[in-house]
Amino acid sequence: MELRLPRVSTRRQKGRRATLWLLLLSAPMLIFLVWPLVALVTRIPLSLLIENLSNLEVIQAIRLSLTTTALSTSTALLFGTPLAYLLARRDFRGRASIDTLIDLPMVLPPSVAGIALLIAFGRRGWLGAALNDLGLSLAFTTAAVVMAQIFVAAPFYIKAAIAGFAGVDRDLEKAAAIDGANAWQIFRHITAPLARSALFGGAVMTWARALGEFGATIIFAGNFPGRTQTMPLAIYIGLELELSVALTLSAILLATSFLVLFVVKRLLHQQLSAI
Amino acid sequence: MRRLLGKMGVLLALSAVVLGCAPVAPAFQNSASAGGDAAAGATTLTIFAAASLTDAFNEIGAVFVADHPNTELIFNFAGSNQLATQIGEGAPADVFASANLKQMQVAIESGRILTDAQRIFAHNRLVVVTPSDNPAGLTELQGLATPGVKIVFAAKEVPVGQYSLDFLEKAGASESLGADFKAAVMANLVSYEQNVRAVLAKVALGEADAGIVYRSDVTASEQGAVSQIEIPDNLNTIANYPIAAVNDSPNLALAQAFVDTILAPAGQQILTQYGFVPASQ
Repeated sequence: MELRLPRVSTRRQKGRRATLWLLLLSAPMLIFLVWPLVALVTRIPLSLLIENLSNLEVIQAIRLSLTTTALSTSTALLFGTPLAYLLARRDFRGRASIDTLIDLPMVLPPSVAGIALLIAFGRRGWLGAALNDLGLSLAFTTAAVVMAQIFVAAPFYIKAAIAGFAGVDRDLEKAAAIDGANAWQIFRHITAPLARSALFGGAVMTWARALGEFGATIIFAGNFPGRTQTMPLAIYIGLELELSVALTLSAILLATSFLVLFVVKRLLHQQLSAI
Repeated sequence: MRRLLGKMGVLLALSAVVLGCAPVAPAFQNSASAGGDAAAGATTLTIFAAASLTDAFNEIGAVFVADHPNTELIFNFAGSNQLATQIGEGAPADVFASANLKQMQVAIESGRILTDAQRIFAHNRLVVVTPSDNPAGLTELQGLATPGVKIVFAAKEVPVGQYSLDFLEKAGASESLGADFKAAVMANLVSYEQNVRAVLAKVALGEADAGIVYRSDVTASEQGAVSQIEIPDNLNTIANYPIAAVNDSPNLALAQAFVDTILAPAGQQILTQYGFVPASQ
């Protein structure tokens, strides 16, 4: 009989084996998430993609998506920042309710958001009827597209900004106040720069969500090439007849989103490690 | 710790973005059972029918089951193109009722339906709908050309959207409305909706001043919310609805009996109630 010594693994071997197991367990989810995207991109030949890029409806959809998301993201920044600051810095009755209310547009099915906007701002809506009397009609306009995007996407920025402002060391602000800085100067030179990575990340999330916005837009703004037909709408409508147009737009949407998210994450990473 | 929370906030927002991006799927009513729970030993008949037939077929189905005890009907209501694809892929179906000849042809080409098995059982026609309070004061087709009237069509990718454009084409060539009519109406279009129900909804909500839908879409529930303006036959596109028993059905005789019920006076009368034009006309 042979005497066997118990096998002793070094810590390093153990670590490597654990990594291997982890990789194996991660693979199904990773493949599931990536596979459809790869299938989508590889389905359309490059020549057809380039040819479709000169299609007027494709160009109009891309242009409209870029202008409306730029508008909705900047509006979210302009009006979302004070709201986020208020919620991060002031404690008042109803604060928790407001915080939860802001979560709602992120959780709602986009079609519900579209119906809600239509009920509020449509021609027979509470505010819409009054606007209509003034000769202002919002439904079926580009303004309606921007409003739909702000409604569903702004909360992403606001939530990130709240977290960012809450993470700024109050002692630094107090020190600046002692040195005679006013509230705006403190915000401008201390709070905002320290929270910048959260603000920046939140703004990009809002932009990305606005770019993909579909359900609220098609219900509230309708679908008209050049006026309200953004890329996701053109993809959905195009799917019935011109699959290659839908595929082209999907590929562009995918590539743009990937690039922007990738670049922003790298920037964020650098900033976070620099602090 | 605070910084970690900040990071987590960004991460949370990121994951929520992914969740929130999914566009809403088109809503299809996939199945409805007219017969309730299957009685022991009951024969099951699966009917594939165009979504626009939902209400009419459910009612005719009840009549059929009353005449054929021990039969259970399972309905699969969806877009005709989707149904034809499903039949081509081998879905278990005993009867197929399509909203146009094209999709019936697709099913015939799959080899599961014989060419001479199909019968036209109903027609559908286009109507102009306006909100019942009619903010633009439309009473005749000519009014659609008035500048500033907000009109919605279905997208041209959907059959009814193409029919709507065909109507403009015919109207432009007609003497009564004239060549300017088409251009003027096109200038008034504010949206190409994804399906006919969406057109009806935008009009019923009063967001649009007018839209074009199938007459059978203006069912009892919407009749209070919208008014109709008829489109004369020479400008209208009359949609044909064909029906056929699926040739490989294990209950072919019963499937044919269902087709006969649809074509019989009782079936035709129910279809008329739901706004369809009977096959004999």
